Amino acid sequence: MKDEEVNILLNDLLEVYGYDFNDYSKASLKRRMQRLFALDKFPSFAEFRYRVRNDEIYLKRFVEEITVNVTEMFRDPAFYKLLRKEVLPLLATYPFIRIWHAGCSTGEEVYSMAILLQEANLLHKSLLYATDLNPDVLEKAKAGIFPLSTMKQYSENYILSGGTHDFSSYYTTRYDYAKFNRDLAQRMVFATHNLVSDGSFNQFQLILCRNVMIYFEKPLQDRVLTLFDQSLEPLGFLALGAKETLRFSDIASHYKQLGKEKIWRKGAS
Amino acid sequence: MAQGSIIKKELLLIGGSAGSLEAILQLLPAIQNEKGLAIVLVLHRRNSESLLPNLLSEKIAWPVKEAEEKETILAGTVYIAPADYHLLIENDKTISLDYSEKVHYSRPSIDVTFESAAEVYGESLIAILLSGANQDGSVGLKKIKEAGGYVIVQDPTEAVVSYMPQYAIDHVRVDAVLPVAKMPALIHELLP
Ligand SMILES: C[S@@+](CC[C@H](N)C(=O)[O-])C[C@H]1O[C@@H](n2cnc3c(N)ncnc32)[C@H](O)[C@@H]1O
Repeated sequence: MKDEEVNILLNDLLEVYGYDFNDYSKASLKRRMQRLFALDKFPSFAEFRYRVRNDEIYLKRFVEEITVNVTEMFRDPAFYKLLRKEVLPLLATYPFIRIWHAGCSTGEEVYSMAILLQEANLLHKSLLYATDLNPDVLEKAKAGIFPLSTMKQYSENYILSGGTHDFSSYYTTRYDYAKFNRDLAQRMVFATHNLVSDGSFNQFQLILCRNVMIYFEKPLQDRVLTLFDQSLEPLGFLALGAKETLRFSDIASHYKQLGKEKIWRKGAS
Repeated sequence: MAQGSIIKKELLLIGGSAGSLEAILQLLPAIQNEKGLAIVLVLHRRNSESLLPNLLSEKIAWPVKEAEEKETILAGTVYIAPADYHLLIENDKTISLDYSEKVHYSRPSIDVTFESAAEVYGESLIAILLSGANQDGSVGLKKIKEAGGYVIVQDPTEAVVSYMPQYAIDHVRVDAVLPVAKMPALIHELLP
């Protein structure tokens, strides 16, 4: 697939469906499109394009495949440990805690956070807003059902993050699936939100946006960071993925990093 | 053999898996860098193990660093793909990291970086595939060949684990099969 063909599809997405991926990093988009083209065995680019433009069901698959949805519970355990030790004790002083998971994918990160909050006895006074541009991943997140085969890894991550309970007490097993307890999901709100085109919708004390902005080009990264800055209360926390940074961004001067994990605290004013 | 001297070589890619660390510790210190080559290393390794840049820094005269997202690839620097992310290269020769599915059970995957570099660097690319127990790298080497790059594979009889280099030799028309000790001289010949 050529660069021009990638651009043609990107323009189609914008024109027909209003999805704007033009400011995403091209190497990853191109690789994802090529992969899908091969996977679905299209005989020509023209047929690929026709499907994307005319078949809304296929479009869902297309969007899901070009935006990467891979995620894990308690990914980067040291990150969660720092949330536990330094961030939650400060959030505990608020009468009401609002957290935003932007680009939450299928929700593994949100359930991890709910477990931390429950163990700190804060879940009852928290609200977790879990958003993603893709409505299908949000449906999965709502259900809170994850493959049983991943639980061993998640349980190890959980212990490394400082968890002391029996991880398997948080879910019940059905066939090959682990269904997470309903009380964890009680304080979660799921909604579609596109970081490219949608604005700020609330004020938060903690925003997590991990492994989403690595797919954005620099100007879009800056725009999204400004959106987070507008949505974060003074002294609030912003958490990014292991390879993402606030450094070099427009908002960097108002934020201070906690140690070497990717958590920054906003200044007082 | 080596006669690529008309085209300036800009980037050396090195891919390795099981048994490749020794080869790298032998190879890198022997490559001189007055010719303005950049190096990108893609090695399979255990999650979040980040000692490699330090280890290599001690052995090599030129700067070694873990590749960062959006960083521009500069001549005279060795970049190491970080654990648990694929490394892709953009048209403007900046680095993109990608947390998508593993390829050949690996993240970073050698194929992912090799394929992406082939599209951007074409003929100005040299790639080396070292020891490993995996099929990763072959598809990428093929793309590099198609784009006009130069492809070297470690002699399987020397490799600690022969499977990966042998698989590449069986599937790609590689330019050279060599023991590590002979690679630096060939690389210097390829540089104008
Ligand atoms: C790799 S996942 C990250 C999941 C999780 N935060 C983690 O770190 O494990 C990236 C997610 O970002 C979402 N995404 C991509 N572009 C987006 C956008 N413009 N607005 C909202 N979500 C987006 C994708 O749908 C995908 O679910």
